[in-house]
Amino acid sequence: MAIVVNGTRVAPPDDPRVSLLDLLRDRLHLSGTKIGCNQGACGACTVLVDGKRVLSCLTLAAQVDGRSVVTIEGLGSADDLHPLQAAFIEHDGFQCGYCTAGQICAATAMLEEIAAGMPSYVTEDLGADGIAISRDEIRERMSGNLCRCGAHNGIVDAILQVATEKVA
Amino acid sequence: MTPFSYLRARSLDDALAIDPSRGDRLLGGGTNLIDLMRKGVEQPSRLIDVSGLSEGIEPSDSGGIVIAAAARNSAVAAHPLVRTRYPMLSRAILAGASAQIRNMATVGGNLMQRTRCLYFADAAGSRCNKRDPGSGCDAIGGFTRYHAILGTSPSCIATHPSDMAVALSALDARIHLAGTGGGRTVPAADFHLLPGDHPDRETLLAPGEVIVAVELPPTPAALKSTYRKVRDRASYAFALVSVGAALMVEEGRIEDVRIALGGVAPKPWRAFGAETALRGRPATADAFAAAADAALEGAAPQPGNAFKIELARRTLISVLSGLAEDLR
Ligand SMILES: Cc1cc2nc3c(=O)[nH]c(=O)nc-3n(C[C@H](O)[C@H](O)[C@H](O)COP(=O)(O)OP(=O)(O)OC[C@H]3O[C@@H](n4cnc5c(N)ncnc54)[C@H](O)[C@@H]3O)c2cc1C
Ligand code: SF4
Ligand code: FES
Ligand code: FES
Repeated sequence: MAIVVNGTRVAPPDDPRVSLLDLLRDRLHLSGTKIGCNQGACGACTVLVDGKRVLSCLTLAAQVDGRSVVTIEGLGSADDLHPLQAAFIEHDGFQCGYCTAGQICAATAMLEEIAAGMPSYVTEDLGADGIAISRDEIRERMSGNLCRCGAHNGIVDAILQVATEKVA
Repeated sequence: MTPFSYLRARSLDDALAIDPSRGDRLLGGGTNLIDLMRKGVEQPSRLIDVSGLSEGIEPSDSGGIVIAAAARNSAVAAHPLVRTRYPMLSRAILAGASAQIRNMATVGGNLMQRTRCLYFADAAGSRCNKRDPGSGCDAIGGFTRYHAILGTSPSCIATHPSDMAVALSALDARIHLAGTGGGRTVPAADFHLLPGDHPDRETLLAPGEVIVAVELPPTPAALKSTYRKVRDRASYAFALVSVGAALMVEEGRIEDVRIALGGVAPKPWRAFGAETALRGRPATADAFAAAADAALEGAAPQPGNAFKIELARRTLISVLSGLAEDLR
């Protein structure tokens, strides 16, 4: 089998100890994905596996054999920004930028989750069909991505803008 | 991490090949196990990955729901049947961890996750009876803000960290286990053990057994149920105190009630005494206060967590009052 990373087939590592994060950064040199805590507590290492957001630090590369992985490099590039990347720039959604790749991967999946009607802890009516997007909803849903620079207000603004454009 | 081999289970039989005495461990989403392996707390020689086994969430013949062990926490929380019939369970899961972790975490792994006691995780520097039986407990007399006030023993005062398991206990869920000798089913409320003299024994799961599913019985009271979690920050933090509760009132009297607490005990703490205090009584503020007293009876806090008694009382009264208000 193979791991498909941003559309390219990659052989799984021989040593099962290699995490998906180490595979991406150290072996494939996709250094957009960041390592923060390496223990599930910060979200800097967030990537998409089969479209869902996961933490690459707590995922063994062996576990994603046969699956598709998308990193920040697969979402957009300097000449072809992803709408969330453009919105983060517009709204000052970062300062040092260390958490940004994780924030944008997480936000990409979060918008899909909202579109699919998945509830959050702050969703008032769990039985309702659609999710009314709000700053509170975004804050709760993005709580797995910490930002040491405190750029959270800009991050929420950026996501809200993309979410509203999507609906419009 | 010490070296290990990795096997992806294709069937339950592959999983049942597990031999814990030879260092085999099951792997779900890995969100707890991989972390503990990195910290040297767990040192398996082989991982059998069961996260690819059944993820089904189906109505049961009896009118309840059966959730397969590899169902992801996020899928359970978002499932229409769970959201509408057991809102307490949806909310409990959504109160836990982050969206990324809930996407990875399996139901089986969530039930089996280890305590977040910092001394337990500090393999190099702290004594811990759970990690190293008989070595002592550095939490006692240490930093105890996140430790238990009910059900502790002189050996261990750690809390069970799962939010989901609190709801499963309150909802009388049944846990389906499989072993090479056949299957059995145990009540969720009995699945986790109190520490006593053996804090290293945490559940009823026997060596070689595998969790295959969780079954929720039909529970009319659960239609009006919720989960509230009090923590040091608004999201992505373990509970200081949490309450799962369900309330059914008929003609002004409490017909059925379910209460379980999280963050206060070494296991999801089903408050049977509080439920008994309420059944058949009018749903009044006085009754809820009496129930809260019953729930916290026997609490034995540490110097660093005595605040949890009042916090749990108030949270429980507030949650029950809110449910009663909605029923009016
Ligand atoms: C930063 C962080 C914050 C968190 N916050 C919360 C929180 O607020 N609330 C909360 O409830 N949880 C929280 N968690 C914990 C999280 O919910 C658990 O780590 C997760 O549920 C474990 O599931 P898993 O599938 O990843 O288990 P794994 O890590 O894969 O396995 C855990 C254990 O379960 C065993 N196991 C797995 N599957 C089976 C099976 N089928 N049968 C028998 N044994 C099995 C494994 O052998 C292992 O011992 C948090 C975790 C992190 C990292
Ligand atoms: S409280 Fe329990 S888990 Fe924590 S150090 Fe003491 S024995 Fe270990
Ligand atoms: S590096 Fe993965 S969550 Fe922090
Ligand atoms: S921009 Fe610096 S950590 Fe978020």
